[in-house]
Order: sequence, then structure tokens, then C-alpha cells
Amino acid sequence: MDAFIHQVLAGLATGGIYASLALALVMIYKATNHLNFAQGEMAMFSTYLAWTMVNAGMGYWPAFLLTVLLAFVLGVVIERVIIRPIENAPVLAVVVVFIGLLVIFNSVTGWIYTYTIKTFPSPFPKEPLFGQKYMSSHEIGAIGVTLVVVLLLYAFFRFTPLGLAMRAAAQNPESARLVGIRVGWMLALGWGLAAAIGGVGGMMVAPIVYLDPNMMGGVLLYAFAAALVGGIDNPGGAVFGGFLVGVLENVLGAFVIGNELKLAVALVLIIGVLVVRPSGFFGKVLVTRV
Amino acid sequence: MSRRQLIVLVVVIAAACALPFLVSNYRTFQFTLVLIYSVALLGLNILTGFNGQISLGHGAFYAIGAYCTAVLMDKFGVPYWATLPVAGAVCLVAGFLFGLPALRLEGLYLALATFALGVSLPQLLKYHQFEKWTGGVQGIVIPKPEAPFGLPLKPDQWLYFFTLAVTLVMFALAWNLLRGRVGRALVAIRDQHVAAEAMGVNNAIYKSLAFGVSAMYTGIAGALGAIAVQFVAPDSFNIFLSIVFLVGIVIGGLASISGAIYGALFIQFVPNIADEISKAAPWAIFGIFLIGFVYLMPLGVAGALRMAVARLGRKRHNF
Repeated sequence: MDAFIHQVLAGLATGGIYASLALALVMIYKATNHLNFAQGEMAMFSTYLAWTMVNAGMGYWPAFLLTVLLAFVLGVVIERVIIRPIENAPVLAVVVVFIGLLVIFNSVTGWIYTYTIKTFPSPFPKEPLFGQKYMSSHEIGAIGVTLVVVLLLYAFFRFTPLGLAMRAAAQNPESARLVGIRVGWMLALGWGLAAAIGGVGGMMVAPIVYLDPNMMGGVLLYAFAAALVGGIDNPGGAVFGGFLVGVLENVLGAFVIGNELKLAVALVLIIGVLVVRPSGFFGKVLVTRV
Repeated sequence: MSRRQLIVLVVVIAAACALPFLVSNYRTFQFTLVLIYSVALLGLNILTGFNGQISLGHGAFYAIGAYCTAVLMDKFGVPYWATLPVAGAVCLVAGFLFGLPALRLEGLYLALATFALGVSLPQLLKYHQFEKWTGGVQGIVIPKPEAPFGLPLKPDQWLYFFTLAVTLVMFALAWNLLRGRVGRALVAIRDQHVAAEAMGVNNAIYKSLAFGVSAMYTGIAGALGAIAVQFVAPDSFNIFLSIVFLVGIVIGGLASISGAIYGALFIQFVPNIADEISKAAPWAIFGIFLIGFVYLMPLGVAGALRMAVARLGRKRHNF
């Protein structure tokens, strides 16, 4: 039983990380109807930026904030420069561009930082918090950070005029434009936010999986699974999906199929959800008129 | 096929036959790989270029083909040439089966599902229950085929001619398949699936068939690849292999048969040149070319050549 509780809690911790990456995917999907295959590599690149700053002697939290800011700028720039021209291109072209981005981020990072594995610091103390034995303090901290991000996002979209404008631009671009919202910039902001959230996820996962240019491959897959389970257009669903996928992955990996096949869980989840219920738990059911 | 095309084809085949006698063994081996990649790219192009179903996980079928050959040769002592039909058949079935759930997925979602397949495949290949056959992480080493019937060819040259023969057969079959009724149906589904359905094209059958045939091509390429490299291991079939194939069809030209060859030349030789700059350089170049081609040359090299020929031809008529 102890082992089971331990696995569930550890699953929640990794689930929090999947949730933040899934949230980033959902943000971009809602704004532009694209699945960002490069999300994981963008997060990985931001994490390397953080590593550079920490190594240069900066404190963890200043580096954290600066990284989030840089990731935001990076996201905005990518949207304006690379994604904008193909806004209305066929799906294949968009997918190819995303894969191109994935490859570029991966190789440029490898070029700059080499492919050797690096350790990444955790901002949380080494000994477990609250005198319990189930979770390391990094795991608790990662869950906390995810929840803070979710709350901040919720508050931003619910209570600020800018958040309202962004929601309007995503939901109904034509009408939003008519009331004077600059839809193009709203999409770019959405990209920036997504990149920033992804960066947070990257910095939280790096102490666990270590830093290397390919660290996000598996994480991105779980994040996709999480976003789909929750409903690809529902941010709350993505968070729920993230925690669910994290727990499933850990429990199944520990007790049922073994650690070797953990990625297959994501594969089965993705294909299963897409085939059986493409809208996930909380997504909108899409009906197209023929 | 017009007379001019026929002449070009004969010249190309003659040049391909003369090649191994003109270049070093290592270069011959590289051109063997080009032929193998071109078969794989042709397979992916049937699915993605002609039928519009995006696959980011075709490396999986390449891996299945390669493992079929390696396991058959290593554990059952089957001669290398006899493993090709088996690998093709296994991949045909695997592709068809994967194509069935894929019927419900459109565009992006299919890309996502196949991406998941590509990412998780190495782990599946390493699974310890299969280790008896697959050799686990270590993979399988297979012997290099010698030239039969006492032909005076070095192994590399023989391998080249064997691959060339298979490649020609595969291209001829694809050409036959795509220029007729089936090809038109595939393109119609890609461009307007509702209209195609209304015209009596059975979308479900054609789409899953396209998946199966495409997987078969890539699987046979994988089998040839295993024979040529004499080695299979899970980590050589990661998601980047699938991405290489995507690079190949985008650069070579979507929905073009000859594009598969241009794409194969690109993915074989560009990394070789770029490797000298840095280990990461080939991939940076792949990425830049991917994005650049989407913006500037969406029809790839094949499309650009076609346009150039058409322009030159028009000029001649004007005089």
C-alpha cells in the first residue's frame, strides 16, 4: 500500500509538469487550431537558458523569472516571424513547419551546449517537507508551481481586459477585429504565454530527467496525451489530464506493464482517446457541416 | 509516357548501372542507401503526398521491415532475398491495421497519432519479452550477402545491383498504381473527400489501403536497409528517422514519384557534407530547409524542375 501511495503521489508530481506543458499546447490550439509539435523543444531551450544563467552565478528565482520572460519573447517572435505567414496554409505545411522548428531547436541546443547530460538545480530543499516520507520536496514544489501557474492564468483570462480580448480573438476573430482588438497580436501573445508556461514546465522537469537536448521527447508525448484526455480545447481539462496521465503512467509503469513500456501508455492513450472520444473528457464536440 | 521521358529514363537507368564501376566501394554503399531511402520516401509519398494523410511515424514501418529481415535471417536462417516479401507483407498488414483507426483521424490528429507511434517505437523494440528475437538494446548483427552465381562483383557492388533491381520494380509498380484509377481516387480523397465519396470512391477502403501500401514500401526499404547496414538496433529507429523521411518528401516534392529520388539524394548526402561543420549541423540544415521549402518551394525539387522545364519549353515554342 505504501508503495502504491508513493507511486500515486510521484505521479501527481510528474503530472503537474505534464499539465503545464499540456496547458501550453491547449493555449496554442485554442488560439490558432495548431498542435505545436515544437512545444517540448522550446521548453527545453528555455531550460538551457535558465541553466546558463544559474551557472553564471545568478540566483535560482531571478533566473527563473528572466527565463520565463525570455521564453515569452521567444514565443512572440516565433509567432510573428514564422507562424504568421502560414496562418491559412494547409495542415501539412503547418505540421512540417512545426517539425522544422522542433529539429532546429534540438540541433541548435546540441550545437551550443553539446549533447552531454547536465544536472539542473531544484529550488526546493533536499529533505522532504512536512516530515512525511512519500514525496520529495521538489515533487511537492513542482505541483505547487503548476497550481500557481494555473491560478495566475485563470485570473489573467477571467479578470483582465487583455485576457478578455485574447479570449475574444480566439473564439471569434472577425467580431473581435470589429470591436478593435488586434487579433494578430493576441495570437502572438497567446504563443508567448504558451512558450512561457512551457518554459516553467521545462525548469520543473529538468531536475528529474536531467538536462539534455532530447529530454522532452517523452514528456511532450505525455503532454499531448494529457491535453487530449482533458479535451484539446479546454485548459482546465488539460490540467486534469496532466495529473491523470502522470498518475496512470507511474502506477501502470510500477505495477502492471513495467517501466520499459511507459511510453506505450501515452501511445495507447493518444490513439484511444482520438478514436473513441476525440473531444476528451471536457472538450467541445466538433460538428462539421458537409 | 512520352518519348522524351522514355529517353531520360533509359539514360538514368544506364547511368545507375554504370555507377558502381566508376566510384569507390564506400560511395557505392552510399548510393545503395540512396536507393533504399528512395523506396521508403516513395512509400511515405503515396500516403502523405498523394493521399494527404500525414504520417510522422513512418520510421516505425521501416523498423518493422528491418526487424523482420534481421530476425528471419538471424533466427530462422532464411536467405536475405527471401525476407523481402515477408517484410513487405508484414508491413502491409501492420499499416492496414494502423490505417483502420487512423480513418477516424483527420490531418493534425493523424499526425499526432503517428508522431506518438514514432516516439514510442524504440521502447517497444527494447521490450524484454521480445528480447529472444530482437536482441533487446544490442540489436541483431546479420552477415553481408555475397554475389551469387560466381558473378565477378564485390559484395558492395552486388548489394547495389540487388537494391537497384528491387527499387526499379517498386517504382514501376508505384507508377502503375498511381497513374490509373487508384491514383486518381487517392488524389480525389486528398483534395475533396466528400466529393470523392459522392463520386463513388470508397474513402475507408482507399485510405486504409493507401496506409497499407505505403507501409509496405517503407517496410521493404527497411528490410533492404537492414541487409545493407548489416545491423538493426532499437535506437536507430527513433523519431528522427521518421522526421528524416518527412524532410525527404518535402524537399523532393510531395505527390511526385521522381521526387522520392531527389529527396533520397538530399537526406543521404547533405548530412555527410554538413557533418564536417558540427554534429548538430545536419539537423539544423534539415530544419531550415523544411521551413524554407514550405515557404519558397512547396512543390519541392521535383515541382521546381517541372516548372523550369515547362518554362524552357514554352520559350522554345515562342521562337
